[in-house]
Parts: sequence; C-alpha cells; structure tokens
Amino acid sequence: MGLQVLAEGGEFEAPGVKDFLFSDPDKIWVLNKAMVLVVVAAIIVAVFYLTATRRMKIVPNRFQFIAESFYDLGRNTIAREQIGSAEFRPFVPLILALFSFILVNNLFGIIPVIYFPSLSHIGFPLALSVLVVYPVYHFVGMRKHGVGGYLKNQLFPPNVPWPVYLLLTPIEFITKFVANPLTLALRVFAAMLAGHLLLLVFILGGEYLVVEASGWFIAPGIFSWVFALVITFLEVLVMAIQAYVFAVLSASYIGAALAEEH
Amino acid sequence: MSNLLTLAQGAEEIGPSIAAIGYGTAAIGGGVGAGLIWSSVISGTARQPEAQGKLMGIAWISYVLVEVLALIGLVLYFIS
Repeated sequence: MGLQVLAEGGEFEAPGVKDFLFSDPDKIWVLNKAMVLVVVAAIIVAVFYLTATRRMKIVPNRFQFIAESFYDLGRNTIAREQIGSAEFRPFVPLILALFSFILVNNLFGIIPVIYFPSLSHIGFPLALSVLVVYPVYHFVGMRKHGVGGYLKNQLFPPNVPWPVYLLLTPIEFITKFVANPLTLALRVFAAMLAGHLLLLVFILGGEYLVVEASGWFIAPGIFSWVFALVITFLEVLVMAIQAYVFAVLSASYIGAALAEEH
Repeated sequence: MSNLLTLAQGAEEIGPSIAAIGYGTAAIGGGVGAGLIWSSVISGTARQPEAQGKLMGIAWISYVLVEVLALIGLVLYFIS
C-alpha cells in the first residue's frame, strides 16, 4: 500500500551540484547571490569591528568583549603561536580578517532567509588562497631572505645528505608552490559544499516523504527533519573549525616562509 | 560489437555508484588518520593536562592535513 502511494507522487529529485548554481555557469559577467553575499560579509566584518572599537573602555561592555575575544583568538592563539612572537605583529590584521570573513561567509549557510555558504563556490576560497595568502607568504619570505635565500631555505632543507635532495626538492617544490594554496582552498570549499549538500538531502528527502508520500512514510520524513536539525548544529561546528583552520594554516605558511631554518 | 555497446551503457549507469564506493574507500584513510591523531591528543592530555593547549594546536594542523585527503576524494567524486 505504502509503496503504491509513494509511486503516485512525483519522482524524487536528489539534490546535487545544480542546487548551488544561481546563474548559467557559461556566462562570466553576471551578478548572483553568492557574489552579493561575499560583499555583504565584508561589510558585516568591517562594520562589526569599527563599531566595536569606536568607544573602547577599560571594562568592556558585551559587544566590545565579543570583538576582543575574536581579536585575542586571531592575535594570540593563531598568529603568535604559528608565526612566532618576534614577527607576528604585521600579520595580525590579515589573519584576523581572514578568520572573521570566512566565519561570516560560512555562517551564511545556516542563517535563515540566506541559507547559502558562499564559500561553497570554489572561486571564492580559491581567490582567497591564491590571490591573498599565496602571494603574501612568498613575498614576505623573499623580502626577508632574498629570492635566492628564500628558495634555498624552502627547497633545500639543511642537514640532509645530498642525494636525498633529488627526491626532496621536487616534493618540497610541489608542496610549497602548488599543493599548499590548492588544498587550502579545497578544504573549506569541500567542507561547505558537502555540509550544505547533506542538509539539502535530509530536508528535501523529508519534505518528499511528508508531502508526496502518505501513511507510514510521514514518520521517517519527520525523523529526517529532526536529523537535519542535529546536522545543522554539527555544521556550525564545522564552519567555525574551517574558518579557524584556514587562518591557522595561512599563519603557519607565513611562519614557515619567515623561519630561518626549515 | 553490440555487447561492447551494452557494456559501455552499463558502465555509464554504474559510474556514480562506483565513484561513491571510491569516495568511501578514500575516506577510510582519513578516518584512520584522524582517529590516530585524536587518540594521541587524548592520551597526551591525560598524561600532562597543562600541555593541552599546545597539543591542540599541533593536532589541528595535522588533522587538516589528513582531512584534506578525504576532501579531495569528495571533489573527485563530483568530477567523475
């Protein structure tokens, strides 16, 4: 009986990558939801820190306290730990901005009405890593050690018997110049895409079971909605961790570029 | 010839399933690695609770290095 009723409804269309597209991918000059969201996120971050730091007091109010906690995380926990207490100061704004910007962008995925993590389009994380982090860590490394010294530092780690360089140098080159920026972008992109897709599967599947089917199928449909709620909380955790990890890895690349020895 | 054609069509149909199995297999490695990392962090914290902050920093970095392998598998799944 149940199966027959299920068959009467429309075919279930599984959610996929197509749900993430707002405009024709072949067109280049378009303005879509993801682009607007990225700009909105930048404005949110700027306005948040500007208003929080406008009238600072020694005993902070709640708003200032939140901003100070973020600043403390970006400065002490991430930048100073990874870059080292001698040289981390110039990089605090970059690390903090990356962390806040990515966190806001990710949280868009669960904020009602918006419901779209803009970094689940590969272009945005790729731009953040290849156009921002990648030039920064190579540039500061070359500025400190000189181009030759930097390359020697990065590609020829000391205290290694020379035949090992035949193997080690290509690996180091691929890691430093290709794999690092690529995986940095892939990580946050894949986590956001997969997490949002998971939510879509549970919510749309539950909706199909409740609306299109009937009888006993309503129970698993509602269960699937409850599970979507649970996964939403898991997603909040993943979003925060991905923002943190992006900032930590950027800082650690900068720290590795600045380090005297490998 | 017609056999080959049917075979090709069959491969087209089971392609996504194979890709899903492939991603599942790829995730095994990441799962084992993540488990090893966190088990070491837990036992390290149990031995020396005051070192937890430092351990967590190292653990996150090694964790994301392991995790990215599984995530690359996911991307490959969508590409295939």
